[in-house]
Formats: sequence, structure tokens, C-alpha cells
Amino acid sequence: MKNLTALLLLLSLSFGVVASESIELQKANIDLSNNVSLQRGAKHFVTYCLGCHSIKHIRYLRIALDVDVDPKKVLKDIAPEGANIYDQMHSAMNAHDAEKWFGTQPPDLSLIARSRGADWLYSYLKSYYIDSKSPRGVNNLIFEDTAMPNPLWQLQGEQYAEPRKNIWGHEYTNLVIKEPGTLSEGEFEIFVNDLVNFLVYVGEPVQLERQRLGKYVLFFILMFLVLAYLLKKEYWKNIH
Amino acid sequence: MKRNRVTECNDWFLERFPLTKLWNEHMAHYYAPKNFNFWYFFGSLALLVLVNQILTGIFLTMNYKPDAKLAFDSVEYIMRDVNWGWLIRYMHSTGSSAFFIVVYLHMFRGLLYGSFKHPRELVWIFGMLLFVALMAEAFMGYLLPWGQMSYWGAQVIISLFSAIPVIGDDLSLWLRGDYVVSDATLNRFFAFHVIAVPLALVMLVFLHIVALHEVGSNNPDGIEIKDSKDPWGHPVDGIPFHPYYTVKDLVGVGVFMLFFATVIFYIPEMGGYFLEPANFIPADPMKTPEHIAPVWYFTPFYAILRAIPDKFAGVIGMGGAIVVLFLLPWLDRSPVKSIRYRGGIYKKALMLFVISFIALGYLGTQPATPTATIVARFFTAIYFGFFLLMPLYTRWEKTKPVPKRLTTIHSLEEQLPALIEEITQIKHGSTEIGHSAFKSSFFAIRPNPKGIRNLLSRLAKNAKGSLD
Repeated sequence: MKNLTALLLLLSLSFGVVASESIELQKANIDLSNNVSLQRGAKHFVTYCLGCHSIKHIRYLRIALDVDVDPKKVLKDIAPEGANIYDQMHSAMNAHDAEKWFGTQPPDLSLIARSRGADWLYSYLKSYYIDSKSPRGVNNLIFEDTAMPNPLWQLQGEQYAEPRKNIWGHEYTNLVIKEPGTLSEGEFEIFVNDLVNFLVYVGEPVQLERQRLGKYVLFFILMFLVLAYLLKKEYWKNIH
Repeated sequence: MKRNRVTECNDWFLERFPLTKLWNEHMAHYYAPKNFNFWYFFGSLALLVLVNQILTGIFLTMNYKPDAKLAFDSVEYIMRDVNWGWLIRYMHSTGSSAFFIVVYLHMFRGLLYGSFKHPRELVWIFGMLLFVALMAEAFMGYLLPWGQMSYWGAQVIISLFSAIPVIGDDLSLWLRGDYVVSDATLNRFFAFHVIAVPLALVMLVFLHIVALHEVGSNNPDGIEIKDSKDPWGHPVDGIPFHPYYTVKDLVGVGVFMLFFATVIFYIPEMGGYFLEPANFIPADPMKTPEHIAPVWYFTPFYAILRAIPDKFAGVIGMGGAIVVLFLLPWLDRSPVKSIRYRGGIYKKALMLFVISFIALGYLGTQPATPTATIVARFFTAIYFGFFLLMPLYTRWEKTKPVPKRLTTIHSLEEQLPALIEEITQIKHGSTEIGHSAFKSSFFAIRPNPKGIRNLLSRLAKNAKGSLD
């Protein structure tokens, strides 16, 4: 029990020191009605992320229905070989191997957009840089010493961090691409944005449906309110 | 009336059960003061939210799994694979925050109009017991999604019990059923959340209402309507609860649902206050989140806990912040109930109390930096000062004479036409060109600067005057 007391103490102490310098995040352009972007994002996810990260809370059929693609086409173009349309999106990598290779099990990403936020994901995926001191050879400006290697380096190219000073003398880090990748800077931004857009969708697939329904519900309640108000006025007209 | 099978069944039932008597006693012949204002909606709304929580809770239980390995995934299963599961879950999660908003406003009404004072002390005590039960219900319910915040919030709060001397460690072990929050804790919290505490809540609501109907409702004037009765024995200023207040509360229900549905359908996370971002990560006993904050409705008390340097003293302070509310009927020595006839000191004290409660609530969500801790101590002192100094300042203050009968204040909708007339003027002849329809007086209305200035200065004067 003593260590729990210590833990609490530690927690309350940690409040004072967590004020880690916050780096301004870049804004992701999230548009869940853009089915083409979501389709591209799904494909990118399967190609570049699903190898290690599952998104087990969504099924291929759900994606097919929501982003308006024929289920057969989803199996052919998006899902990995051998997947069933009712399958959840599991990763092929097993936990034991992951533990051995990365020191930790890559987290399931179903809800990552809800816990981290779209802008954080967008900035994170764009902020890898070459760091010879890091065991993986790369580091990240948004999430320092991240255990994840940069899966998109071939697309983005080799990015380096350069310390700079602004006009007030504050130091900051600037990221520069020195060795261009297979995508141009603009294409890479769209690539990452599609991926993040898809993850925001996966975080809560019902989002658009909920907003669509909301209009009708609010209208119905408004009608109810008008009737209730007229009823009240009628009953109360003799009360002074 | 023509006798048929239905009326026969009806009579058979009524001969054996006092339904008519109950209905009359609590609805049709229960006389409530006729001058209830905005603040009096929140009692019936609390009941509405309780019903919402119970109904949605029943459906959630059908698919939720109280098991440390399955709980988190089962919530996501409800959100995605269960038909309308997302709606039911959001109604439940938004409902819990709505419950506290409604209850805090309901309690504030009590402070405004002295509803806790003689002869309604017991109504207040039952209400406070309800509040404590509600906090227990919310705390245990928050563990069930088994996210990081669920887990570590419960870990921190339960370990507070270990600060109690001698029995502390054994007590917290007994509460958890394990050395850390675990499957055993989840299962017992589930049991308490879905049956034990809801039963207590329903029973307390029953007692709260029975006690209220015995003494009668207070009102914004804080006078007893039973003191002036008509020859038939009904309060002159009272009106039957049904139909007058049932139809009026329906309007309140409509307005409430408008807000409630807006949150459910458009902002269910409420910017991280109703559903915290960290709670979308499954509970991990090996990884402490860098910032643990309870849900917003506990943060004022959490801020008091952190403001006090010694851990045990902090626990006492946090408990004391709630216990002191129970004592309110005996701390207040003012001869009048309503804020309308109290002196300026109580009004200022209440304003300071509200500010400190909101400030503590904000500080409780923030990391405890040294400056924040000092500010939190300052507001903690005001919080307790409001209650502990009450026996003194309520006795000193000069109260205003209380009327014998209810006063009438014109409602906003009655004042509106006069107000509009004051701040506008009608300009004729300025628009000669155009269709004749545009020449109607509606389009000739212009704002009247002098009227607006008068109105604003009157508002300022009233605001200043109402504090004396």
C-alpha cells in the first residue's frame, strides 16, 4: 500500500513537470463526406500500416457501405489477399514478434483519432527526421523517441532537423527534406491527409449518419416545444 | 355512464388500490405556488434525466461485458455493431453530465430562495443524500468503459482511502478487492452501478418528493403559501400541480431536450469534457497517463483535495466540502428565505461562492502548477468561508420586509413588446422608392439610440441595486 501512496504523490508531483513544450500542430483537412479521399486513405492504411497496426473495431463491409464502394471491389482493391468481407481489420503480425522487434506491441488504431486528434496524427506522420543518435535512425518532432520507425520515408524522402532562431531569438527546429522521395511535397501532404481522414472515420464510423439524423431530431423537438408552449399558454391564461 | 367491461375492471381496481387518492395528493390536489420561475424547472428535469439513465442503462447492460479483458471492446461493439448502440451510449454518457448540470442548478435554486430552511430541512437532507448517491453512481459508472482515465481515475480516488490512519490500507484493499484496480474492482463497481446505487437513488427520490409534498414547495418569494388560504382551505396563491405545472414542465422538457439532442448528435465529446480523449485508450495498469483529471463534475472537489498540502487533510477537506452542505439549514440564521429580501452580504457571499465553485472546477481540470495551487487554495478558503462564516453574516445583515402574499414579476415575454417599443423608433418617408410592401411599418423600424442608452443605464442601476 505504501507504493500506492508513493504513486499518488508521484502523480501529483508530475502535474508540475508535464508542461512539456508544446509544438504547434499542423491542421489536417478532415472531410468525411469525401469518399474518394476515404477510399485512398483505406488503401494507404492497408498498404503502409496494417502490417503492424490492427484496426480491429471496423469490418471491411462497414467500410464498403460507408465509403460507397462495392464489397467485391473492397476485397479486390483495398483488403489484403484472403480477407473476408465480414472480417475485422486485424494485423498479420503476432504480438510475440512485435514485442521482440519493437520492444512494444503496436497499438490498435481504431480509436487513435479520438484519443490523439486529427491534427496531432497529421503532424506526427509528417515530422519524422533522420537522427543518427536514435536506435532506429529516425526521430520525431511531435513524439520524441517514438518506437515507430517511419513507414512513409520512401514517399516523403529524407528529412533533416535544423535548429533555427526566430526574430525574437527563440530557438525552434525546422524540418527540411534533403533527399526527395517518390512523392512531391504536395502529393505527400495529400497522402497523409487521406490517411488521417480515414482514421478519423474509423474512430467513429457513424459520425455523418449522426449529424444527418440530428437535424430531424432537433426539428421534431422544436415542433414539440411549440405545441407544449401553446398548451401551457392555454392552461395558464387565467392565472395572474 | 354506460357500464361496460372496461369501467368494471377500473372500479374493481380502484376499490382495492388508492390510485385516485395518490394522484390527487401528489398531482391534482397538490397546491404549488403560482410564481415558480426558470429555476424551478430543474427538479422535474432531474427526474427526466434519471429515467433516461435507467432506460438507456438497461439497454447498455444487454451488450456490455463487465470483464477487464472484454469491457473496453464491448463498449466499442455497442458503438459500432449494435443497432442504435451509439445513440444509446451517447444518451447515457451525455445524460450523466446533464444530470450533474441539472442537479447543480437545482441545488443553486435552493441557495437562492432558501429552500433548505425551516420547514424543509429534511427535504434538503434527502436531496444531499441523493447528491452523494449520484456522485457514487457516476464514479463507479466511469470505471466501466475501462479506458485509461477510467482506470487511473479510480486508482487515484480509491487510494485516497488509504490516507485514513490505521484502517486506511485495509479499507482501500477491501474496496478494490485487489491490490490495484482490477477485474475484481470492475465487477463490484458494475454491481453497484447497475443495481445497488440506482435502487438507493430511486428510493431517495421517493423520500425527497414525499417529504416535499408534506411541507409544500417553497417559491421565489420564500413565503409560505399555506399561511393565506381561501374558505375552501386551498392556498390563495397556490395552483394545482396538475395540470398547471405538468404542462409548464413540458415546456422545460422541450427546451432541455433541444440542448440534450444537440450535444448527442453534434458534440457528444463536448470538447473532451463529457468524454475524455484519454478514455479512448484501453486501460493499461503499466502505463500512467501524464495528466489524470476526473470528469468535469468532480473537478471542484478534486481541486480542493489537491489544494491542501497534506494528503489526509486533503481527503478531509474534500469530504468536508460535501458534509458542510448537509449542515446548511442550521448554518443559515437569516430570518428570511429568499434572496429577494435578504441583505447585501448574503448576495455578495453567494456570488463569491459561485465564482469560487466555477474557478475550482476549472482548476481541477488543469495540471497543478505552483501558481494554480495557490489560486486553488484561495478559492478553497472562499468555498469554506461561505458556509462556515454563514452563522455570523446572516445574523448581521439587514433584511428587507417580506410581503404577506406572493409578488408578481412580469415575465420577459410580457415585457418584450414594451422593451421593443423603447429601443426602436419608426422612421417614415425615408424610402420613397421601392415596392409598396416595403413601406409597411415593419421596414421603417430603426434602432433608437436614446432608448437603448436609457435601457442600459437602467439595467446597470438595477444590477447594482440588486446587490444591496
